[in-house]
Amino acid sequence: MFSIRFLTFLIFLVVAFLSGNSFAKEPIKIGAILSITGPASFIGEPEKNTILMLAEEINKKGGINGRPLQVIIEDSKSEETQAVLSARKLIEKDKVVAIIGPSTTGESMAVIPIVTQAKIPMVSLAAGTGITQPVKERYWIFKTAQYDRSAVEAIYQYLKKKGIKKVGILSITTGFGDQGRKALLELAPQYGIKIVADERYKPKDSDMTVQLLKAKSAGAEAIINWSVGPEQIIVVKNWASLKLGIPLFQSHGWGSKKNLQLAGPSAEGVIAPLGRIVVWEKVSDKHPQKPVLKKYYQAYYQRYKSEPGTFGGHAHDAFMMVVGALKKVGPDPAKIRDYIENKIKNWPGVTGIFNMSPNDHCGLDASSFEMVIVKNGDWEILK
Amino acid sequence: MEIFLQFFLSGVTVGAIYALIALGFNIVYNTTSILNLAQGEFVVLGGLFMWLFFQKMELPYYISFFLTLLTAGIFAFLMERLTIKPLLKTGDPLLLILITIAFSILLKGLLMFIFGKDPYGYPPLLEGMPILLGGAVIQKQVLVILAFILLTMIFLYFFFNKTILGKAMKACAFDQVAAQLMGINISRMVMLSFVLSGIFAALAGILITPITFMEYDRGAILTIKAFTASILGGLGSIWGAIAGGFILGIAENLVAGYIHSGLKDAISLVLLLIMLLLKPAGLFQKEEEVRLKKL
Amino acid sequence: MKNFLNPYLGSFFLCSALILIGILSGDPYLMTVLTFAGLNALSALSLSLLMGLAGQISLGHNGFYGLGAYLSAIFFLHLKIPVILSILLSAGIASLFSIFLAIPALRLKGHYLAVATLAFGEIVYLLLNEWGPGGPSGFGNIPRISLGSFVLSSSQAYLILIWSLFFIFFVFSLNLSKSTYGKTLKALHNSEIALKTLGINLFTLKLKIFALSAFITALSGALYAHYVTFLSPATFSVFYSILILMMVMIGGLHNLWGAILGALFITFLPEILRVFKEYDILIYGTILTLGLLFFRKGLVYPFERLIYGSYSGSKKSQ
Repeated sequence: MFSIRFLTFLIFLVVAFLSGNSFAKEPIKIGAILSITGPASFIGEPEKNTILMLAEEINKKGGINGRPLQVIIEDSKSEETQAVLSARKLIEKDKVVAIIGPSTTGESMAVIPIVTQAKIPMVSLAAGTGITQPVKERYWIFKTAQYDRSAVEAIYQYLKKKGIKKVGILSITTGFGDQGRKALLELAPQYGIKIVADERYKPKDSDMTVQLLKAKSAGAEAIINWSVGPEQIIVVKNWASLKLGIPLFQSHGWGSKKNLQLAGPSAEGVIAPLGRIVVWEKVSDKHPQKPVLKKYYQAYYQRYKSEPGTFGGHAHDAFMMVVGALKKVGPDPAKIRDYIENKIKNWPGVTGIFNMSPNDHCGLDASSFEMVIVKNGDWEILK
Repeated sequence: MEIFLQFFLSGVTVGAIYALIALGFNIVYNTTSILNLAQGEFVVLGGLFMWLFFQKMELPYYISFFLTLLTAGIFAFLMERLTIKPLLKTGDPLLLILITIAFSILLKGLLMFIFGKDPYGYPPLLEGMPILLGGAVIQKQVLVILAFILLTMIFLYFFFNKTILGKAMKACAFDQVAAQLMGINISRMVMLSFVLSGIFAALAGILITPITFMEYDRGAILTIKAFTASILGGLGSIWGAIAGGFILGIAENLVAGYIHSGLKDAISLVLLLIMLLLKPAGLFQKEEEVRLKKL
Repeated sequence: MKNFLNPYLGSFFLCSALILIGILSGDPYLMTVLTFAGLNALSALSLSLLMGLAGQISLGHNGFYGLGAYLSAIFFLHLKIPVILSILLSAGIASLFSIFLAIPALRLKGHYLAVATLAFGEIVYLLLNEWGPGGPSGFGNIPRISLGSFVLSSSQAYLILIWSLFFIFFVFSLNLSKSTYGKTLKALHNSEIALKTLGINLFTLKLKIFALSAFITALSGALYAHYVTFLSPATFSVFYSILILMMVMIGGLHNLWGAILGALFITFLPEILRVFKEYDILIYGTILTLGLLFFRKGLVYPFERLIYGSYSGSKKSQ
């Protein structure tokens, strides 16, 4: 008798174990809308790589509370129309519980009404201030990229310290360049800085000598350029060949070793506010971000043989926040939102140390940047 | 004055790039009256394959150079045989233009597939610091480009006017039926013109990449600029293409310098529109000449 | 069976079918794609009128699309004009700009007209970047369409609205192509000189068709603005003109039905290709190339053969 009872118990245990496991196999779905192709692909590419890598890692370790994680990545082709379509697909067809992205400000703005209506939390990877402000209207929206203003503040603080008062700005006519330009113009008076030239160029332009020269002849003591991609390297090359004799500042989009390789010796002396991921080796071991930076950089480099850069970091932080929420509160959109808003405090990410609150859905400030100069073809942190 | 000179020289830099691409653009037009809107993609192909051979595989410059031109020639050959030849008989110019756009999307996708989305660059033919010219600077690579434009012009002039092959190609554009009656193999001439223009586009790509860098999606904007420059100078005219390229480049930079950099492209396009209304055949072509070529 | 051959009934059934498929599926994603297809079909129809009927090429329709969208949003946000009025007003004003295309079209043909119109579209695009609200990064908070206190907010409402509008303009265009004016336009396609000798004022003839075409495209742009509620110049670059040109060509230039088929095909293709992720562009290019190679008379041609029988009986306009 005993043995039969024991056997039944054993079978019961095995069945319970098996069924419990198989019931839990239903994956948790989250979505990502990234500019994988199109003009903003330099942003979307490392973001996609990062999310794929991290999702795989999580699933290898058994998923989230026993359930596998499924990330559905949509390419928005850097277009608002496509971003809107992607968001609709993710929400209605795939029924995701949270959305990471989009990669650019324009696309994020276009998607906000949709996710707000659907009550799905979204962690944008773009920098624009309008994405999370006014916070009241952005109840479901967060972002992990620093505000453009923070990068501008970092540059202006440095300029103030050096006593530079007149600057000329160059910007590219894309969302990225335009938002940088607006922040530069807006914040200048607070730091006693005068903008003496406000020049622009188009994506894929091949020479920016004229813009640089106009800024210099208007009396600029420094030049700030706001763009990403090949255009910013052309600016560096033109600046070096003109021998303007005034320093050149770049945006936080400058932080990629590839830029240094392409610009070569022309890049010597260029200064930019960069996220710590770019100079992670030179960050002090005591810094709370150091372990995160090291782990992320090494994993990414090992897998893709290239640097994750600033943009990959934004995706890392957004992804880890959502995963953290999923682990604690499960796949419930409203609870995920509450978790990110209230529980992300002193949270060391790749981009910076986050402090989310009901009044701040970004949680980063200028201290998440280091001023970095190019010296001997490598980065060096300016003290 | 020094500043004007610098604006002007920068205009020459940009203009040289436009002119070089517009040149290749006109070879196909001269033979077939087809606008090859995949021209820009061949420029990109040139730059990227040059990087592959020269930087990645570390082959010597000249070998990489010829391998790149060969690759472009093969691609242009395939393009013509697979897409243009089957449609040539329809004689529908719109369909022919559109198939080049469709092919340009295909080629762009292929280049992204092979090279990814990063910009690439390599050192110029003449290294070292830029040259000082009366207080203004110009990159040495621009001089290389100018030299190549001159060589290309001489080559094309002799080719189209002094060789049987070139004359036969030119005859095709004027009157295909008459040309055929004279025993010219039209299909072969069209193929040859595509290969030639593909090679010149790749040459442009090789030369401009050290200045502008190159990435997979730069083609469309280059095509539009070359098209505009060609129309400005007079479509189908080798001289016109070069003059149009330089005028466009210099005008853009002077507008940027003296009016406003945000408006440089808009104003140069307004100039183009005015020019088209006043003298549709372009600055350097007579109206009768154009009419002869079935406008 | 014969009734289906009637283009009026046929288009009525097709538009209703698309609306019904969308609503019955209950899938807002499908409805969104269908709505965008409807917007594209409107623009493609306008280009088909211009190119198929009157033989005038345009690569500048992105300009009208952008003007319609921006003007309507600005009229509402800054002048507080009710949305429906602002949509009509913006389409009307945008169509006035068609004079910038009609004047070149008087002197230019073929490639030259193509570049002149391209320049127009590009200028509008550059000016939207420079002077449009929000500059290159664009602006949001554009309201949805409303009538009094009733706001159109559901996906269903937009789907019905846009395909109904398309039906109205399609019927209008069908009538137009059969009218005397339409026949004069066809003559314009074939021989301008003949028309001139008949004493017809070519300028007003061309101006009218450009204005009509611009009006429809601008209307489509205005509807886009109030549907997506966010605008940035990138949507209105020359690539939009090329996109609708591709729709018209793939669909079939010689028949207005081509516009609707082309718009559906080109709008759905990238959605279907999503499974290929970023390599969809390669497949997209291949399909377009093959499409142009093997459907030279457009997707509409096999249907024509089916309905009208042999090739000789087909409704070839020239």
